[in-house]
Amino acid sequence: MNTEKTLIRGARVLGGPARDVLVDGETIAEVGTGLSADGARVVEAEGQVLLPGLVDLHTHLREPGREDSETVLTGTRAAARGGFTAVHAMANTFPVADTAGVVEQVWRLGRESGYCDVQPVGAVTVGLAGKQLAELGAMHESAAGVTVFSDDGKCVDDAVIMRRALEYVKAFDGVVAQHAQEPRLTEGAQMNEGVVSAELGLGGWPAVAEESIVSRDVLLAAHVGSRVHICHLSTAGSVEIVRWAKSKGWNVTAEVTPHHLLLTDELVRSYDPVYKVNPPLRTRDDVLALRAALADGTIDCVATDHAPHPHEDKDCEWGAAAMGMVGLETALSVVQHTMVDTGLLDWEQVAERMSFRPARIGRLTGQGRPVSPGEPANLTLVDPAYRGRVDPAGFASRSRNTPYRGNELPGRVTHTFLRGRATVTDGKLA
Amino acid sequence: MGNTDNTGSGAPPADGAPGRPVLEGPDIARVLTRIAHEIVERAKGADDVVLLGIPTRGVHLAQRLAAKLAEITGRPTPVGSLDITMYRDDLRLRPARALARTEIPGDGIEGALVVLVDDVLFSGRTIRAALDALGDLGRPRAVQLAVLVDRGHRELPIRADYVGKNLPTSLRETVRVQLAEEDGRDGVLLGLRAAAAADDER
Amino acid sequence: MERHLISAADLTRDDAVLVLDTAEELARLADRPIKKLPTLRGRTVVNLFFEDSTRTRISFEAAAKRLSADVINFSAKGSSVSKGESLKDTALTLEAMGADAVVIRHHDSGAPHRLATSGWIGGSVVNAGDGTHEHPTQALLDAFTLRRRLGTGRGGDLGGRRVTIVGDILHSRVARSNVHLLSTLGAEVTLVAPPTLVPVGVHAWPCEVSYDLDAVLPTSDAVMMLRVQRERMNAAYFPTEREYARRYGLDGGRMARMPEHALVMHPGPMNRGMEITADVADSDRCTAVEQVTNGVSTRMAVLYLLLGGAALGGAPGHAAENSAEENT
Repeated sequence: MNTEKTLIRGARVLGGPARDVLVDGETIAEVGTGLSADGARVVEAEGQVLLPGLVDLHTHLREPGREDSETVLTGTRAAARGGFTAVHAMANTFPVADTAGVVEQVWRLGRESGYCDVQPVGAVTVGLAGKQLAELGAMHESAAGVTVFSDDGKCVDDAVIMRRALEYVKAFDGVVAQHAQEPRLTEGAQMNEGVVSAELGLGGWPAVAEESIVSRDVLLAAHVGSRVHICHLSTAGSVEIVRWAKSKGWNVTAEVTPHHLLLTDELVRSYDPVYKVNPPLRTRDDVLALRAALADGTIDCVATDHAPHPHEDKDCEWGAAAMGMVGLETALSVVQHTMVDTGLLDWEQVAERMSFRPARIGRLTGQGRPVSPGEPANLTLVDPAYRGRVDPAGFASRSRNTPYRGNELPGRVTHTFLRGRATVTDGKLA
Repeated sequence: MGNTDNTGSGAPPADGAPGRPVLEGPDIARVLTRIAHEIVERAKGADDVVLLGIPTRGVHLAQRLAAKLAEITGRPTPVGSLDITMYRDDLRLRPARALARTEIPGDGIEGALVVLVDDVLFSGRTIRAALDALGDLGRPRAVQLAVLVDRGHRELPIRADYVGKNLPTSLRETVRVQLAEEDGRDGVLLGLRAAAAADDER
Repeated sequence: MERHLISAADLTRDDAVLVLDTAEELARLADRPIKKLPTLRGRTVVNLFFEDSTRTRISFEAAAKRLSADVINFSAKGSSVSKGESLKDTALTLEAMGADAVVIRHHDSGAPHRLATSGWIGGSVVNAGDGTHEHPTQALLDAFTLRRRLGTGRGGDLGGRRVTIVGDILHSRVARSNVHLLSTLGAEVTLVAPPTLVPVGVHAWPCEVSYDLDAVLPTSDAVMMLRVQRERMNAAYFPTEREYARRYGLDGGRMARMPEHALVMHPGPMNRGMEITADVADSDRCTAVEQVTNGVSTRMAVLYLLLGGAALGGAPGHAAENSAEENT
């Protein structure tokens, strides 16, 4: 049990006026001005923004099975550096997290790491094969308490299986997080289908392959009265569909990745596989639509889709390369760059979209809570004035497949507190 | 021009001195007439002579010589061009160059007396390359060399059979041959290399 | 031209004309007793083929040998590459062997670009066809053939000429390279294909698109027929071979609607009875065989211009034209 006291002095809580925040043990004791530092470690936070600890709905920690690219320990260390205090670990591990045993293992490894809460996501279908429902109830009842289910990496493309999954999770207020990718329309797909793919001769990944599944699933969720969550929404068309579904009052939520808020398919002209990702980078128009949708709440939250890959899986030709990019350690900087510095979001809205909402969608308790006395001290302190170039050599992640290498991005997480204990101090892992 | 003979001919010096004339148009005409007579004399009538000019200005000189030979002998002399670019020994010192035309007259060079024609003889490397190129085209009875200017500084054991003008030069100098077909006027100018000119100013 | 030839789009008009002019001179070598030049003596050209393509490989091989380069043929099929060795490790091996140029054919679009920009090798990279991306030397030899047949000589381009490219545009690296190169050379390019075989995004290409072959034939100076793989039928790109041939194949009747001077081109290998009938393929107007011959001269020109000069350099030819630089 943590009994230390920490006084965070002069931080702009959720971007508001400067306040002192006193953390006592695992909880926030007091928020005010001129608080006494008596017996507390003091963190001078003048000019910095204090946020609730960030929550990621979409992280690939790779353990078990691909420990060469990430482990629960290295992934949660990366999460802490990025300001996260909870991450949802996706189910596409080896073995697949489709049983109570595997999700409990991941959950236990997360607790042992101590850097970040790890909430396992359970697979929707056995082996992500899309044929037979996994034991969703057993995973929910396990120590891991799974509420989010996803075959991420694969789409639950069978309409009947998707309908049954949506219905089934109603029994325990679960949610199905859909990787929206119509498989037949994306056979051999390598990048967004459009002007650039035509020129580069890379197999096109049409927007409609995502939008057709999003359309179907919001209708299914409405029909069975369940809730569906759209993973890494990436097209302007998907935004329109989700906006329409929400206008009907249906229980639909959606996430967008930091990279889809910033990068476009023009980057693929380099044929550098660091830009190869699923869903693919889209066009400038899509990027702007995604930013607008995140600003107006059509898209509920930012999720990293942190997808570590070993060097050799990216140091090759485009066609042979793995899809995905790491994102935990750059997410907040990209959101500041694309949403805050552009005036689309203020810091309170960032807290909503990177902490409160994702925690609510994942039904997490003790995460995504207000910065108020009595609440758990899951806190992230960010210096928004910082400017620096992204240097993957400094990553805590085991992998380096970032598309931002050498790019200048604003903002830096200086401190992260997980239930009162500093996991990051002065930008370094504690 | 075909000048492996560094600082040979043709092109104007980058921005060195404009150069002082050492041969004017009438001099060039007279010199070519003399060479034509020498060829007829040495070849005993020039029955089997084939003139091959080395591009660019050597080709024009070869054509002028052919006309003069025709005047003297009363019958046409076969004339063509021999591009030596692909045989140069300094290809890798500079960016790849555009190729010029190799045009061998109808009856070929087999058993003929080939007279290579170039504007300036300098290091001799161009002629070395031309001999190699010739070897891939056939087996002449003999090969001779005619040049408008011999400026010395040979780097290979090569000498010209017919020389328009021997022009002792320093390596700091440039020899610039102008021909009406390429340059709008005839003349040979002696100038200073741009770098040398700059040195002098210092 | 830069140090590599990856995409026809990288060639300026002057670059392209220089290649064609150089090829024109090199083509004359065929009439000489010794069809070989010493230019690339001591240099090593590796033909790195991840895909079978005998005709392209032997064309490059003949080109390199006529320039006296040492040629190493590396067929990646059946080698360690098919056992999981990466392009990178293969490249490092070639680099260690001292390859001055790597001619690469690869099933993945972008593999030559990757090879040229990754730092794995120091030599020149020549794209001999990558996936469904580009095949720039094919476009150059096609442009060479067009320029010869349509009468603009040395130094000239294809200004105002109308070239129609017919067939599987979507999967064709030949079409992509030709659209870039022919438009750079001033030609007006029209693509004709069933809509299923035209890529989404084609509107950004410097060409027209038509679905009606008969409408464009009377105004075409050349019609380039692309090979259409019968397997495409199984992916529903078109209903049947018969319907494809009827709507988009070139037969004697259609050829008769072309202007008298117009050419029929084909990059080979031909699918007789599919995109082209035998009588058209064997007619005097069909340049398919001539294209193969021209391929060797064109590839010699490319290898010479990439390898014949200093290892690093700007545009070749510019310096030669402006020989002031040579003389300093």
